[in-house]
Amino acid sequence: MTFNLQFLVFSVLKIVAVLAWVYFVLWALGRKPLWAKLVGIAVAFGVVQLALTKVGDFQVMNDFDRGLLFQACAMTMVALGLNLIYGFNGQFSLGQWGFYGLGAYAAADITYRWVNGDASGVFVAGLGVLLGGAMILGVGRLASGVFVAGLGVLLGGAMILGVGRLVKRYKGMPILSQFTLYLIGAVLAGFLAVVIGNPIARAFAGGFGTVAAPGILQSVPIQQAVFLLAVLIGGVFAAEISFLFGLPVLTLGSDYFGIATLGFSIVVQTLMVNTDTLLPFPEMKGGRGMIGIPKWTTWAWAFIFLMFAIIVMRNLIYSSTGRAIMSVREDETAGKAMGVDIAHYKLLSFVIGSLFAGLAGGIYAHYIGFLSPGTFDFIVGFNPLIIVVFGGLGSMTGTIAASFGWLFFLEGLLRVLLGQLGTEAPTWRYVLYPITLLLLMLLRPQGLLGNVEWGFLKRPIYPPRKDSPAATAAPPGGELQPAGE
Amino acid sequence: MTHPTLVPAQGGAAVPALQITGLTKIFGGLRAVGNFDLTVQPGALDGLIGPNGAGKTTVFNMISGLYVPTNGEVDLYGEPLVGLEPFEITQMGIGRTFQNIRLFPNLTVLDNVLIAYHPHAGYGLFDGILRTARFGNKEREMIDRAREFLAIFGLERIQDQMARNLPYGEQRRVEIARALAANPKLLLLDEPAAGMNPNEIERLMEYIHFIHDRFNLTILLIEHQMRLVMNICQNLTVMDFGEVIARGTPKEIQNNPQVIEAYLGRGAAARAGVAL
Repeated sequence: MTFNLQFLVFSVLKIVAVLAWVYFVLWALGRKPLWAKLVGIAVAFGVVQLALTKVGDFQVMNDFDRGLLFQACAMTMVALGLNLIYGFNGQFSLGQWGFYGLGAYAAADITYRWVNGDASGVFVAGLGVLLGGAMILGVGRLASGVFVAGLGVLLGGAMILGVGRLVKRYKGMPILSQFTLYLIGAVLAGFLAVVIGNPIARAFAGGFGTVAAPGILQSVPIQQAVFLLAVLIGGVFAAEISFLFGLPVLTLGSDYFGIATLGFSIVVQTLMVNTDTLLPFPEMKGGRGMIGIPKWTTWAWAFIFLMFAIIVMRNLIYSSTGRAIMSVREDETAGKAMGVDIAHYKLLSFVIGSLFAGLAGGIYAHYIGFLSPGTFDFIVGFNPLIIVVFGGLGSMTGTIAASFGWLFFLEGLLRVLLGQLGTEAPTWRYVLYPITLLLLMLLRPQGLLGNVEWGFLKRPIYPPRKDSPAATAAPPGGELQPAGE
Repeated sequence: MTHPTLVPAQGGAAVPALQITGLTKIFGGLRAVGNFDLTVQPGALDGLIGPNGAGKTTVFNMISGLYVPTNGEVDLYGEPLVGLEPFEITQMGIGRTFQNIRLFPNLTVLDNVLIAYHPHAGYGLFDGILRTARFGNKEREMIDRAREFLAIFGLERIQDQMARNLPYGEQRRVEIARALAANPKLLLLDEPAAGMNPNEIERLMEYIHFIHDRFNLTILLIEHQMRLVMNICQNLTVMDFGEVIARGTPKEIQNNPQVIEAYLGRGAAARAGVAL
């Protein structure tokens, strides 16, 4: 049994470097002029890009590390979303992993269909339609997958807004009646999307070319655009499902909500196992797993989506909306008495959290190139929950650092390290990390970082104005001395 | 910048600030409140008293929408409140505090007040996420306003402290300030003096007087501390077992044998006034 000391040292250094990198990103985004932020971001991006580049025989981060990095980005988004739902809004959810899976499968299906587009297509018609239409219209008008899903998401969104208007007009409509209306709307929207989307999609079949001579629709820029669309559509799809699911279920108390979301995760996974039998998606191949997803996730995409999640999350939390979301966690009754629409903010944070998970799913699917229902098992779904608690409930920094630390320590260091002790040894990491978790909960129940935030994620400061008339009015109550004695 | 206008309780002498008729709440087989009537005139500082379990807090919870009444009407300046969501009732102009203080414990005092401003933030979700100019202005304005507001109550020293770390009396004051920040026309105080020592009660009385005058508010309060009620309330309503047993000025109530009996039992009626 050999123990590779060099590997150990190098891995530890890598973990430290990754965490330092996270710190740098948050510091660079912090209170600075815009140009400084942009330079900081560019440096943060460039450093990793450089580390991923092979110079001669030397490469700081090999393909294994690259995978960890992408997974860490995806995990950060999932965990940030969960922190919004659980840490900031106080709704204990086990459904995050299900939304992650939904986003992954939805995005993967779109790009999979794209690369398997009509390979013997007619070029001329495809090119004409492409130049005329696609460039101008811009969004989800491309191939079958993009089109149907894109239209579905668009119509779904329009439907939700439309029904929302209607529901508002009838005050006091029971939540289940609302839910039924939304559901009917969703089914109609899906049906319309298929009916309208398929014929239009067929018109584009020509652009794909053959395997030997790929058409214009298979050129890299268009593929990248399709990839972006696919990820966005996957994310919005997950968000819309979370809206439908959350509407009736969020009226339950937090613990019951947790059980219901656990049910959701299991439903999603069961459907995944049966995609080719229960659902009409033979390309997903059910329990055997979906292969042949194009590996289009690049570091640039992962980084962009990571930044998106961090910035949106932070801006959301430090706004009136964020305070309303936190008031739900702190005290629902007091929140109501302060004029906060509790139900609305529960749903809002649930939908935004699921959007993050859905987007992360798309990033993950196109990095790994293979989706299997096993990945989205609800047991694995506890990982983001553990990360959020580990990093500190309600600490965005903690979640980000814990996600990166988790991937690089557990999957990166421990798995390989233990692997050197024997083929069965890696299983021991599932003994080691629960013990670590146990110790942490005993020694630091508020999580690793408690509610400490770094740089950008610190609460913005609004210094008091000089001419504040504070002192002039000071009346009883404040400094008041006990009267009448 | 002027202070948020805490609307003076106008509306003409004809329309009472709060009019409750036939309010009833039945929990299972228990009639917690039965046929409760109450009228509060604009600008009044009235009290609702009664022994433990008389149904006072239940009345408050029905006014503020936390409980749906089994029966009856609640009108705020002539506008019906029954059937509205609690947050809508708050936005219509009823502020309240709770018997067991309900601050947002893990948020700062400033944030507690800012949440009360939330319905009038003046910017939406996307302004916040995209950090638009609108967000910048409104957020800044809102925070300045909250600071000035806290300064009025002498709470600006503690604005950045977590609410849970404050001493009890200060938490109570923050809670009242927060309720006022929501700009109510009618303020409901549920046992503001609970758990306070005589010194603190003395200060609380001045405090309540102060907000009543300063903001020209209509106040309805529940209280056990007879000293406080007798000193500051203009009219009292006494409840027992969910029913009104007496109404009148503090003086009248003090000498009402039915009230003394409800509080102290039959034998104590002889020593009326002394204990109260």
